[in-house]
Amino acid sequence: MKAIDILTTAIGNSFRSRLRTTLTVIAIFIGAFTLTITNGLGTGINQYIDTQLASIGAADIVTVTKPVAATTTTTGPKPYTANGPTEVSGGGAPGSTVLALTDSDITAIGKVAGVTAVEPQVAIRTDYIEYGTNGKFQLSAVGEGAGVRIQLAAGSQFTSGTTSLEIILPTSYIDTLGFSSNKDAVGKTVTIGITNAAGEQTTLDATLVGVQDATLFGANPSFNPALSTALYDAQKVGQPATATSTYSSATAHIDPNATKSQVADVKAALVDAGYAGTTVADRIGTFQTVIDGIILVLNAFAIIALLAAGFGIINTLLMSVQERTREIGLMKAMGMSGGRIFALFSTEAVFIGFLGSAIGAGIAMLVGGVISRVLARGLLKDLAGLQILSFTPSSIATVLLLVMGIAFVAAVLPASRAARQSPIDSLRYE
Amino acid sequence: MTGTVLSTRNLTKQYGSGSARFDALKGVSIDIAEGESVAIVGKSGSGKSTLMHILALLDTPSSGEVTVDGTDAAKLRGARLNTLRNRTFGFVFQQFFLTPNTSVLDNVMLPLKIARIGGRERKRLALEALETLELSDKARSKATDLSGGQKQRVVIARALVNNPRIIFADEPTGNLDTATGAVVEDLLFELNAKQGITLVIVTHDEELAARASRRIYLRDGRVVDAADVHAPAGTAVGA
Repeated sequence: MKAIDILTTAIGNSFRSRLRTTLTVIAIFIGAFTLTITNGLGTGINQYIDTQLASIGAADIVTVTKPVAATTTTTGPKPYTANGPTEVSGGGAPGSTVLALTDSDITAIGKVAGVTAVEPQVAIRTDYIEYGTNGKFQLSAVGEGAGVRIQLAAGSQFTSGTTSLEIILPTSYIDTLGFSSNKDAVGKTVTIGITNAAGEQTTLDATLVGVQDATLFGANPSFNPALSTALYDAQKVGQPATATSTYSSATAHIDPNATKSQVADVKAALVDAGYAGTTVADRIGTFQTVIDGIILVLNAFAIIALLAAGFGIINTLLMSVQERTREIGLMKAMGMSGGRIFALFSTEAVFIGFLGSAIGAGIAMLVGGVISRVLARGLLKDLAGLQILSFTPSSIATVLLLVMGIAFVAAVLPASRAARQSPIDSLRYE
Repeated sequence: MTGTVLSTRNLTKQYGSGSARFDALKGVSIDIAEGESVAIVGKSGSGKSTLMHILALLDTPSSGEVTVDGTDAAKLRGARLNTLRNRTFGFVFQQFFLTPNTSVLDNVMLPLKIARIGGRERKRLALEALETLELSDKARSKATDLSGGQKQRVVIARALVNNPRIIFADEPTGNLDTATGAVVEDLLFELNAKQGITLVIVTHDEELAARASRRIYLRDGRVVDAADVHAPAGTAVGA
């Protein structure tokens, strides 16, 4: 039998017992559908993270901390020394502690090869934010270096190198503060209240330059460097001159066009100097690892469904072989080789696998497209640009090939049983 | 008579072992010449079907040898055996063995498909064979929708479509009434007479056997004289 004849005969055979083929196809359909959806979920979320990462564009910023050397949870706190390093929590993994950075550390970080500038991450404890006389609201913001790109719903990024005090607020603040719309808010002046070391409250005025879209990582108000410095200075008023400043972390700037290996070099240099550096990409990378982990678990469930479907294929084919025992015997008597009989039955299985996975993937894409659109308008409206289910040709092809592969493996037992049958036993079979 | 196409020497075949052992053939030596029509006659259990299966290389003997065209069948393996089966033999079975739910044409084309003959040529040859058996109008019908006589004619078309040298017919009229049986018999003997195809018929039907040019009688796994076939068991031991 020619390959093409094997293919057409196998396809014809699979339609000879329609009900049985349909049921097996449904089993495969369920697995392939699930796998396509979970894959699409992973692709969609990771694509979104990638675009977010690109829009943040913060490849030139490294957050620097000073890790505690070899502390374990069982050693307990270190003895206090007057001039020794201080442990502060935060900055690293939850529960881990880092040493506080002093001004001399900041100078040292600035000298590390590849670092173009360094700013200490100062803790600014603002009291409130107010627009006009619409009431005071709590404000906790992060200082952002120049050049950080924020995904904006309205307005513009921070002006580079400016001395004017600028602030970007998330969309959730706009209505609360009393603006009529995002557009309306841009360019307006807001008042920020802050308490200094002497316990007196002072205020500062800042220009609202942009409104930030909600992101997967939440949205925080951001200060430009000038506003951060001004607020920090206002907060320091009344502080004793002898008091040393300590910081939990510092922000080191590197060449924005640095390649991945150059960034790695800077990080290695920081480690050599006794510090630890993490980029935004590192932090988002951790996030992606978590997403990938979840998707992997979901995919595992889909694969389990497919394995169950695989046993369905084995069952279907065994019944087919049983039913066609005489036909197999006849074909063998007519000089068909065992290898070709094997090919005939395994092709039938692969075809059933193809049918199930093609229908499964096709319907998953249709349903996924609809769900994606509905969610983008509803539940995930705040996460602009998030296409929760995204299908790439390569992932669809992978699903199809995987299912066809499982179908082939499932066919091995029944098909080899058919191939081994002796013609005369098959013809005698009643 | 021209050359010998099939011959056997001291053929034995056992099934099972120990107390369950059953000797289907106990040393059978026969020769079948090209163009002959031979009837292998015997009651059920005489070993006639086993002999036919071994002759058609569908089964292997426990001992003894089978020669096809001067070649020892035991030495035929794999592709050569398959080609020989495909090109040399045609089969007509009592139970038809037509593939259900497929067309008459597909059934007739099966041996050609296995022989890797192209689609168009395949169809031409199959229609020609159906023409010979006056079944052209049934080419598109489902094999299962035909009457017994029509089915057996389809089976004959399938047996001769690849132009075999030997047709094995196992009780070809067993499932047919007398009238249709006679038509099928006529067809088989006509093929033998006109196309020179060697015909090996296995039957217990004396009338059908009488039409063959030669009869080989089997009884309890041995070749016997015609007269001994109906003798009480144990009294006659032929060779």
